[in-house]
Amino acid sequence: MKKSVFLGTLAAASVAAGVAAAGTLDDVKAAGELKCGVSTGLVGFAAADANGKWGGFDVDVCRAVAAAVLGDGSKVKFVPTTGKTRFTALASGEVDMLARNTTWTFSRDVDLKFEFVGVNYYDGQGFMVPKALGVTSAKDLDGATVCIQTGTTTELNLADFFRSNNISYEPVPVETNAETQAQYLAGACDVYTTDASGLAATRATFENPDDHTVLPEIISKEPLGPLVRHGDNQWGDIVRWTLNALITAEELNITSANVAQSSAAAGNNPEVNRLLGTEGDLGAMLGLDKAWASRAIANAGNYGEIFATNIGEGSPIGIARGLNAPWTDGGLIYSPPFR
Amino acid sequence: MTDFSYVRTEMLEERPAPTSQTGIVKWLRENLFSSVPNAILSIVALWAIYFTLSHLLPWVFQSSWTATSLKECRASIAAAHGEGTTGACWAVIRERYLQLIYGFYPADSYWRPNLAFIMMLVALAPVLFNSIPKKMMLFTALYPFIAFWLLWGGSIWLPLSVIAGFVLGYVALNVVSKASSELVGMIACAVVPILWFLFFAGPVADIMQGIIPISLESVESAKFGGFMLSILIGITGIAFSLPIGIVLALGRQSDLMIVKVICVGFIEFIRGVPLITLLFVASTLLNYFMPPGTNFDIILRVIIMVTLFASAYMAEVIRGGLAALPKGQYEGADSLGLDFWQATRLIIMPQALKISIPNIVSTFIGLFKDTTLVSIIGLLDPIGLSTNIRADQYWNGIIWELYGFIAVIFFVFCFAMSRYSMYLERKLQTGH
Repeated sequence: MKKSVFLGTLAAASVAAGVAAAGTLDDVKAAGELKCGVSTGLVGFAAADANGKWGGFDVDVCRAVAAAVLGDGSKVKFVPTTGKTRFTALASGEVDMLARNTTWTFSRDVDLKFEFVGVNYYDGQGFMVPKALGVTSAKDLDGATVCIQTGTTTELNLADFFRSNNISYEPVPVETNAETQAQYLAGACDVYTTDASGLAATRATFENPDDHTVLPEIISKEPLGPLVRHGDNQWGDIVRWTLNALITAEELNITSANVAQSSAAAGNNPEVNRLLGTEGDLGAMLGLDKAWASRAIANAGNYGEIFATNIGEGSPIGIARGLNAPWTDGGLIYSPPFR
Repeated sequence: MTDFSYVRTEMLEERPAPTSQTGIVKWLRENLFSSVPNAILSIVALWAIYFTLSHLLPWVFQSSWTATSLKECRASIAAAHGEGTTGACWAVIRERYLQLIYGFYPADSYWRPNLAFIMMLVALAPVLFNSIPKKMMLFTALYPFIAFWLLWGGSIWLPLSVIAGFVLGYVALNVVSKASSELVGMIACAVVPILWFLFFAGPVADIMQGIIPISLESVESAKFGGFMLSILIGITGIAFSLPIGIVLALGRQSDLMIVKVICVGFIEFIRGVPLITLLFVASTLLNYFMPPGTNFDIILRVIIMVTLFASAYMAEVIRGGLAALPKGQYEGADSLGLDFWQATRLIIMPQALKISIPNIVSTFIGLFKDTTLVSIIGLLDPIGLSTNIRADQYWNGIIWELYGFIAVIFFVFCFAMSRYSMYLERKLQTGH
């Protein structure tokens, strides 16, 4: 309670400060760069290459926003944040938006005074075990030792799952994902648990991936999405609708290859025209120009393309679309209409 | 005469010592197998060494240097050394060593940190070794400004105008002291530079930049990383914590109540909180206190916190040295008629510092290694970068190679520091 009051006070103070300052959009335009909080390194989602260029699923969301607002997807200053510094970095204005695989939860949205603008990845906590263990369901894990990263929601989910199924487990607390991986491979624990995307990425790096199996149970909902501060709705709308534009583009089959051609002149699909600004004036309502969405899509492609390049089945990480397929293919990725 | 049946007429040849008393056999017997328990311990130790090396060396040497991903590494090691061999994937170091050293610093400007590093060695030389002429100390005093300009770039007039502030302070001290009392001189020495920094330094630098533009391309702090960041934070912390620590230690022993209370309060407060807490204050809490829009450099904030932290420890280390001095030294200084500062400078401090050398160097080494904690607040020091490199989809899964490389580099620095402290102790040895 004390802690949340403290954090709340801090956040409230920063909101007051945020209101006093100019709008985030003006700040970003004045600075000429978007300050985007990303992870210090999460495979597939955010990582810098040998030349220091950032790439990844979350990174491409930042770039899309920068392309929409500033006209150039490279005008992003990536601020690496850890799980412990991310919320203060956003609340204090050190970053303009956070795209750091952050789970949308009630208390983060309401109590910490943030605004989650949507979901760019539906994740959930899963389990991986060695095949030799002969386990086929998480409910068979009675008495198992579980490697678990401390201080994350996975730790709490795990406790809830085992308690509600009335089975026991022995936690092996570890600090980082790399350590978890090493401990699991060394046999210090029977079970490796984290988000399903993380499990897939980790399993792909094993020398013998086939010796390990991911159990079918997903024990939590982890909707990951970009977030902004409370109190600047215009900026929130820009980030939200940039994400929605990427999603809608996939649905309407606008890709990085054909977006230039489609934005050149109005076509016969009115929604495409409205999205790309060849008809109507949605951009002006956001405080941007007409071509904002077309630039966001041209930067790294639509949602499906971003997914495929960074984490999809063609990449070394090889995650299937699953829940993250567009709603037309039976997934959950769905954007409100552009009209 | 006695009847001798046999008398040796010539000298015997010299015979070699028994094999058990010479060479390797003697050494082995004396050092490894002098008694049964020793022999057992020796055998166990030898076996342990063999066991470790027999596992480690193949891993180190049956390795791949050329691959471009972990998968390729494994494939090439399997091809070269047979299926099922595990070896180190040093290729990741080959690809990323520049990043581990310089972070995201622009590649065409690598000469700047390199030059700053070499100049650092030059600047340190007169401090570390007696044989270097003391005039070099002037360069040492200027070095922080040079290093700042080299690393961060921007206009040269900014560091120059800061130097001008210190010069003005010195001039004010001399002129005002002569014109009026010493106390007024001291006050002027403090006030003039502050006024200069607050109101004139910035505009003057801008004007001069307008007249004679000399500048390096500026590099923002976010691009700093790797060992460059560790060394930057470590060396700055080390360089500033020693003088601050000395002042705090003297202040703690002072008879002036307010000075003493401030020093004790500072030392006990800083020593009472973990470094990581101070780093969190630097990275997050300070943001709330400052007016929105202020851009107070994160690396600067961290350096300040690390320096404060190290100073508190240093103060206690030096207080230990002061406490170890016999009372006679203080009395001897008094009987020579030296005032407090003269006594401290000429008699007390040289001895106290000499006693404290091992502890001072331990604190330095600890401080240097503690710089890796900044990875927790999102700065990309070598440890932070290793997380980032592992997040590359081609290198995901690599652990020991990166940590091993980082450990070796840290060892080199820390070992050098420890060797230097032993050299210094030998040099200052006066014996009793």
